[in-house]
Amino acid sequence: MGPVTGGMSILPTDDNTPSPAATAGEEAWVSRGPWRRVLEGLLASPTAVLSGLLLLVIVLATLLAPVYAARVAGSDPFRSGLSAKIEIDGERVPVMQQSTEGLGLGVTPIGPTWGPQYFLGADTQGRDVAARMLYGGRNSLLIAGASTLLCLALAAVVGIVAGYVGGRVDSVLSNLIDMIWAFPVYLLAISLSIVMIGKSYSFGPFEIASDSLIVPILIIGIVYVPYVARPVRGRVLALNQSEFIMAARGLGIRRARILLRHILPNVATTLIVFAPMLMALNIVTESSLSFLSVGVQPPNASWGTILQDGQALLYSRPVVSMAPGLAIMVTVLLLNLFGDVLRDVLDPKSARGR
Amino acid sequence: MTAIQPMDGRAAATREAPILSIRGLGVSFLGARGRWNRVVEGLSFDIAAGETVALVGESGSGKSVTAMSVMRLLDPATSRIEGQVTLDGHAVLDLDEAGMIRHIRGQAAAMIFQEPMTSLHPIYRVGDQIIEALTSHRPMPKAQARAEAVALLERVRIPNAAARIDDYPHAFSGGMRQRVMIAMALASRPQLLIADEPTTALDVTVQGEILDLLKDLQAEYGMAMLFITHDMGVVAEMADRTVVMYRGRAIEQGATAEIFARPREAYTRALLASVPVLGSMRGEPSPLRFPIVDLQTGIAGPALPLSGTPGRDTPLLDVRGLVTRFDVRGGLFNRRVARVHAVEDVSFSIFPGETLSLVGESGCGKSTTGKSIIRLNDRSQGSVRLGQEDLFSLPPEALRRRRRDIQMIPQDPLASMNPRMTVGAALVEPFREHGLGTTAKGGAKAAQLMEQVGLSPAMLDRYPHEFSGGQRQRICIARALMLDPRLIIADESVSALDVSVKAQVVNLLLDIQDRTGISYLFISHDIAVVERISHRIAVMYLGEIVEIGPRNEILERPQHPYTQRLIGAVTVPDPARRHLRRNQQIHELRTPVRPLDYLPPARRYAEVSPGHLVSVDGTAS
Amino acid sequence: MLAIVLGRILRMVVVMFGISVVTFAIFFATPASDPAARIAGRNAAPETVEAVRKDFGLDRPLPVQYALMMKRLFITRDLTSFANRGQKIIPAIANAAPATLSLVTGAAILWMLGGIAAGIIAAATKGRWPDKILMGLSMAAVAMPVFWVGEMVNLVTQSRFHDTWAFSWVPPLGYAALSQDPWLWFKSLVFPWLTLALLNIGLYGRVLRTGIVETYQEDFIRTARAKGLPARKVLLKHATRSAIIPIVIMFGMDFGVLVGGAAVLTEVVFGINGVGRLTYQALKVLDLPMIMATVLYASFFVVIANAVVDMLCLAIDPRMRRA
Repeated sequence: MGPVTGGMSILPTDDNTPSPAATAGEEAWVSRGPWRRVLEGLLASPTAVLSGLLLLVIVLATLLAPVYAARVAGSDPFRSGLSAKIEIDGERVPVMQQSTEGLGLGVTPIGPTWGPQYFLGADTQGRDVAARMLYGGRNSLLIAGASTLLCLALAAVVGIVAGYVGGRVDSVLSNLIDMIWAFPVYLLAISLSIVMIGKSYSFGPFEIASDSLIVPILIIGIVYVPYVARPVRGRVLALNQSEFIMAARGLGIRRARILLRHILPNVATTLIVFAPMLMALNIVTESSLSFLSVGVQPPNASWGTILQDGQALLYSRPVVSMAPGLAIMVTVLLLNLFGDVLRDVLDPKSARGR
Repeated sequence: MTAIQPMDGRAAATREAPILSIRGLGVSFLGARGRWNRVVEGLSFDIAAGETVALVGESGSGKSVTAMSVMRLLDPATSRIEGQVTLDGHAVLDLDEAGMIRHIRGQAAAMIFQEPMTSLHPIYRVGDQIIEALTSHRPMPKAQARAEAVALLERVRIPNAAARIDDYPHAFSGGMRQRVMIAMALASRPQLLIADEPTTALDVTVQGEILDLLKDLQAEYGMAMLFITHDMGVVAEMADRTVVMYRGRAIEQGATAEIFARPREAYTRALLASVPVLGSMRGEPSPLRFPIVDLQTGIAGPALPLSGTPGRDTPLLDVRGLVTRFDVRGGLFNRRVARVHAVEDVSFSIFPGETLSLVGESGCGKSTTGKSIIRLNDRSQGSVRLGQEDLFSLPPEALRRRRRDIQMIPQDPLASMNPRMTVGAALVEPFREHGLGTTAKGGAKAAQLMEQVGLSPAMLDRYPHEFSGGQRQRICIARALMLDPRLIIADESVSALDVSVKAQVVNLLLDIQDRTGISYLFISHDIAVVERISHRIAVMYLGEIVEIGPRNEILERPQHPYTQRLIGAVTVPDPARRHLRRNQQIHELRTPVRPLDYLPPARRYAEVSPGHLVSVDGTAS
Repeated sequence: MLAIVLGRILRMVVVMFGISVVTFAIFFATPASDPAARIAGRNAAPETVEAVRKDFGLDRPLPVQYALMMKRLFITRDLTSFANRGQKIIPAIANAAPATLSLVTGAAILWMLGGIAAGIIAAATKGRWPDKILMGLSMAAVAMPVFWVGEMVNLVTQSRFHDTWAFSWVPPLGYAALSQDPWLWFKSLVFPWLTLALLNIGLYGRVLRTGIVETYQEDFIRTARAKGLPARKVLLKHATRSAIIPIVIMFGMDFGVLVGGAAVLTEVVFGINGVGRLTYQALKVLDLPMIMATVLYASFFVVIANAVVDMLCLAIDPRMRRA
């Protein structure tokens, strides 16, 4: 910057700490917006790229469940196959095998064949566990994803209204949040499920069947709302007091516009930071609730219901329990790894010295 | 660049083995993408026993990093130190962590820091923290350690030390905490005290007290001092010798008096020229710009005064009986337990084209006054007239529109811009919101204003984080000008800026006033800058105006004891005043927190000369 | 100080009242569902439903219903289960509580010790191998559903390797009262403790490590180092002491939640007859009064635990003592 206006230039540059503008040429300058920096930060992290790609693989695999069931496994994973027989090494073998232990009474489902049919064996109803894993994964991911979105949306509304409107509305909402916070999540979910499961609802033209996935989505989406709404409210309160909101008010910007253009985009980062962590948490919650039979209802499958099916076969056919547990663990691990990087990128302050 | 040579007035002292000797110090930090950035390069200087050396420079010049390197407090994972540092006979850079602890830290050298509020551990009693410093180097019985800790607190003149030793840090004011820090540093009777901007975060009167204390203790203990500061006034007052740093290098060093009288480097000259000096405006009728220094020749040009004079007929802004009180809640049911009388019965007016400065120390209510005027808090009473309109009786929408006429320039420009908006969007938004024209028109105006504040219109596409501090403040000024306001409230707008940048922004504000005839309410604690920019000055103390009047009247003939104390505490970059002591009493910080039934007394003002009013029956000061 | 404590207790009582109302509302005031029919069970005769309606006062207005229910829960304590006729609910919960308390207390000791050790070691070796290994393990531990870990533990200790020297001492699944056979009590709880603690060791270790690493950026740590304190003292006395406060708050929450019944998954997998399993069994027969009571008991426990933790924080951090 040369001496442009009278009496302005004392030193050659404005500051001693060279600004980016001072180092880069004017023409070569590419402005990097906040979102773009987040993307660049993610792409610069091998952890984020790798975990993101692997998550994508998992999602694609579960989406291909019908293809796998029809083309590879060749059986309907939702119909019991108690009398089915399959061919192994040229021999026809029943899926439900006579138990060789004890008195030889009862039947045990076939173990892993490591072949196209019954790759991971069968469950107590003779259904192909591998195919059910894919279908179940699809449901688990769908429930976790949808309930995450629901939870974030509800928490955003509650947190922003409480924080931005303030006053009486805030004290009612915050007290409600505090109260729901005190319920152990699983007990709250159990309570809600008792009320909601086993009945059909109709809201006008919409009908929710008793075994619909919407029920677990609603339950899981609701129970974690306080955990997100609280920090969102805190963020809005902090933003309300922040210099740039003060500046916007001083500039005479309308209240609605301040909310839309200044508060919301800055709350969005808080919500996005929560998304992968919440998704991971919801996967575990879904499996736990289904394991307690208050989550996904039969005949639908999820990783949780397969775990429940596997409970009875734990000592004889442990693979039925191991497979969904490992699937959950890997998915959750990947989500947490990705989420860690995302948080560091979105909130550089929390990344200090990490 | 200057060669390293002893050129101080106390050459005899330095010929003996110095306490601290730094040779060819280089420091690099690990930056983005694994690159190492040099922040200190080839730095060499000595400190003799009992001597004070000042490291002076602007932010990013590497002065604090140098101090941290001597104590080896930098994280070895992200920093590299090269060169030689010899402290009390130990090669500091060759010592291991255990050796540093045995010989250097808290032994040969002790350190105090810029932020007394955060430098003490918040969950331990101050006494225990001092005792820890005592016993970690010299094992001693508990009772003896405690007695010594009390003695140290008395040494740093903390009133009632024996009782206060069991208090937690949060019960102390900033100045008192800095005294505790000093007591802790003295625990092991170090030969070198490193003071890293020890008074920067403190109020000016407290700064004076701490500087006095350091001088006394240095004489008492005979220790050497490495004094790091950006403030030329503090340098002049404290240092025997001065090292001027610029971008990691020592560009000039020598006896302090010599450097102030005959600076050799153009940068030093420019730096000194941009330091506001209280008292330098004696006899100047109008606000004065800072002189421009030609960096090639190092010669300062003339300082241009403001050309216009403010009107005197009808005030642009008239504030009458402004009162802002905040509730303090606590106890059961979160009841009101007390009230902060942040602003109490404040009245003043500002005329077109005039600059009125509000000065005072932290917590005196000057910033709250600024916010209350434009109703950014809804706890205020009184009347604020802008022209014929009373802002306090306007409905919300009318108030919003009226805000166009009064704009603010904030203290922290980065915090006052939405990080997710480009500068262009931030500039055009208020223009559109007030219906002043189309987006295209707003964009054209933004581009024009960017040029006026000395930035390129091409920068409108960038985000706030992509600018330097001074550039951001220019952007905030441009944003305020988008609405063609009649009054700008500048709330500590230049306080956080480096001296040279500060001078530029002050010049810019005066340029704008010259061009547009705008009025300023200039809120600041920095009296030297205030002297440069104001027509009139109001002094605030505990929420009240204790004295108001024309600039030269207030600064040359202050009447109120608080005004006198405030002006007396200002450091002046004049090494001749080096051995001056203020000999002020220690003032515990007073707060405007009052019981609920407190009725503020009605203040009367005496007019000592035309327009110069002083509160006569105040208990203030 | 006293005002803070009293205020906190008052808030606790208010929250408890609110919780009881919310719980009651979930079970008895949900629109489009008849509580009497649900209490009576599936396919109950209309007369039974009517009897239930009378018995529980469900034909009265809601506030009266609420008052009645609370009276029977807390004052007369004679609320009975409908599925298991004659089983009084309060004693049933009281009988199940020791098992849950044993499980959670033992696990809590393990996870606090383990979590704090892991966090401090990881922070002290930040960026080096011990840190990377510990944090990798903790990430994996956090990713596993607790009941699945329990199943895998059972698979190893009860089935596949039960006959080897390593696990032959493990008793069959179930709970033995401490008062009857302390040694059996201990042996039967070892693996449930480890299982329940595993996830929290990972979680607490991560949180503590982050806290310590962040505290190291604070000015007062620089002060402690500058005055020549040994690195170990700076780490343990200055950094960890500050970073431990969030851990204590988390602990109160988690302990309360688990004792309150969130240990249900662990209890079910290991066959421990605690409050959680009581809830689980009530759930299978849709024993509404029982579930409502356990949920209330659980949330009360959480509220009390939180209040206790707040008091504890007052003791740890003097800054919070200011009114």
